[in-house]
Amino acid sequence: MTEPRTLLDKLWHNHTILRRDDSTTLLWVDRHLVHEGSHHGFARLDARGQKVAEPDLTFAVVDHYAPTRSGKMEPNIARMIRTLGENACAHNIALFDLHDAEQGIVHVIGPELGLTLPGLQINCGDSHTSTHGAFGALAFGVGATEVAHILATQTVWQKKPRAMRITFDGTLGAGVTSKDMALHWIALLGADGAHGHAIEYAGAAVRNLSMEGRMTLCNLSIEGGARMGMVAPDQVTFDYLEGRKYAPKSDDWARAITDWTGLPSDEDAAFDREETLNASDIAPVVTWGTSPEDALPITGTVPDPTKAPSGKGETWRAALDYMALKPGTPLDGIAVDQVFIGSCTNGRIEDLRLAAQVLKGRKTRVPGLVSPGSAQIKRQAEEEGLARIFTEAGLEWADSGCSMCVGMNGDRVEAGKRCASSTNRNFKGRQGRGARTHLMSPSMVAAAAITGHLTDVRPLLEGRE
Amino acid sequence: MSGWTTLDGLAAGLPAANIDTDQLIPARFMSTPRAEGYGDFLLNDVRQDNPDHVLNNVAAKVLVARRNFGSGSSREAAVYALVDFGVRAVFAPSFGDIFSANAVNNGLLPARLPEELVEELLNDLGESSAEAHVDLAKGMARIDGRDIQFDLDPVWREKLMNGWDDIDLTAQHADAITKFRGEGMARFGWARPAK
Repeated sequence: MTEPRTLLDKLWHNHTILRRDDSTTLLWVDRHLVHEGSHHGFARLDARGQKVAEPDLTFAVVDHYAPTRSGKMEPNIARMIRTLGENACAHNIALFDLHDAEQGIVHVIGPELGLTLPGLQINCGDSHTSTHGAFGALAFGVGATEVAHILATQTVWQKKPRAMRITFDGTLGAGVTSKDMALHWIALLGADGAHGHAIEYAGAAVRNLSMEGRMTLCNLSIEGGARMGMVAPDQVTFDYLEGRKYAPKSDDWARAITDWTGLPSDEDAAFDREETLNASDIAPVVTWGTSPEDALPITGTVPDPTKAPSGKGETWRAALDYMALKPGTPLDGIAVDQVFIGSCTNGRIEDLRLAAQVLKGRKTRVPGLVSPGSAQIKRQAEEEGLARIFTEAGLEWADSGCSMCVGMNGDRVEAGKRCASSTNRNFKGRQGRGARTHLMSPSMVAAAAITGHLTDVRPLLEGRE
Repeated sequence: MSGWTTLDGLAAGLPAANIDTDQLIPARFMSTPRAEGYGDFLLNDVRQDNPDHVLNNVAAKVLVARRNFGSGSSREAAVYALVDFGVRAVFAPSFGDIFSANAVNNGLLPARLPEELVEELLNDLGESSAEAHVDLAKGMARIDGRDIQFDLDPVWREKLMNGWDDIDLTAQHADAITKFRGEGMARFGWARPAK
């Protein structure tokens, strides 16, 4: 009898070309996704005079610098977008250009177009590539040197991470989302808590999540230090993918389902590390500091650095100084200047529906931007009437891109301004120099927009379906 | 990229945890071609906000920092900023996984040290600098007169010392890659993007 294997074991095995004596493995890459930020990788390839090894497995999309509002494009941004187009053309790579009907954030369009599938290895020069693991894929972010290596060889050298399972038992309460699950575990284990591990998310609360919810959970794995996060594929996965543009068709689809059904971890498979959490214990979470680990339930108060665990006091003090917050202040009630809904973390249709559910028929007290994760989601949200709910509430409805999550396209939070944001990083300067970011779920962002301060969304959801 | 075995230079302490890559290089600088040099971008906003920041006064080759250094974005530009500034080694209790790989690919040593030792070194260094010597082959360093031993993955050690380019190494395995590709297409036909 063969040894029971984890999902990670199976994915790793299926992509291993060879393993060196030093245990470094050469892995085959099924999908390589590139964006404007990949210009360093292309430059390296060009410097070597090489061509892309597998143009049919390489897909380019404009997202990081994509303008989301009409107006004149800064020359620098235009240049970045043009460079990606030129590289895609020179190497014969499919390009989802700025005004393409299928343009969007790389980690949103991959799944949406069925480029992301269970059992594949997916790489991209972006740390949130872990998102695609939600389908039971081996997906991780790489740097520019590795981007160049994948472009040139369609392979990547990698040491196998240790296997970690985070099990969420129980049921999520009303108004609590997978974003809260993610921030909850990161606060508990730390921003480097899963360092060196690949996480498999399991348990009833994970099984009950939609694909959108699973993607949010896997997306944030990197914020807890794990380069990969994954969920075993199941019927929810298959139903999401069937009929998508690049997903397998007819006989291939049937064969794929057979292969995918064998992917989940075997019952007795051993993990190097196990954490078990109860989903019913999780309240809506917000961050108060400058690391995703600085997260607490909205019912809490700003923590006191003098009571910090050893070695953390200085870091907490610096975080509170940057965030201009005083210890002991109730989180519910901290005034915000603006809100942002979007990003590869929470810019999908379900995220927009959740925010709209809170906003419907209400007016916002602070301005805000809503940037859908893709052009397709934008159209869908307009058809469903969500866009109208946002604009009637007083928010700006924009085009899709990474937008205010990273500020590369000019959508920035001004210095000293406080933003309730559905994004992934509350790092100093992330949304703009001096910007103060509070991370939370899209429903919580909607709640903050209505009251003008960090707010527990749950009472606002009463009587709403 | 050329490899290195030993280095001598100044060490400086950055007494903060989670120095993420957004701090190491703010996003707005990342459209710059590498040829223009990234050294000035290193910790740009942090250094501008604090004129007394140690890196405004010290051309450090060695940095000591708290846990989770280089966490966050996969931007290799964070490593370019360090390397172009002149930094060749960072000592910390832990590093962002992608950052470490990027560092080794650019001749920058990400060396892990126990948390207590890092605290002692930060204490020694304070806000000034001190002489440092790093020996990759021996896995030893001397910082401000204190001898330390650091853990380094043997593969990374070799890569840093030889300055190898992985694409050249991988080219030696071209046959194995071709074979794998062919077998994969036969076995997992569904894995190619449908048209």
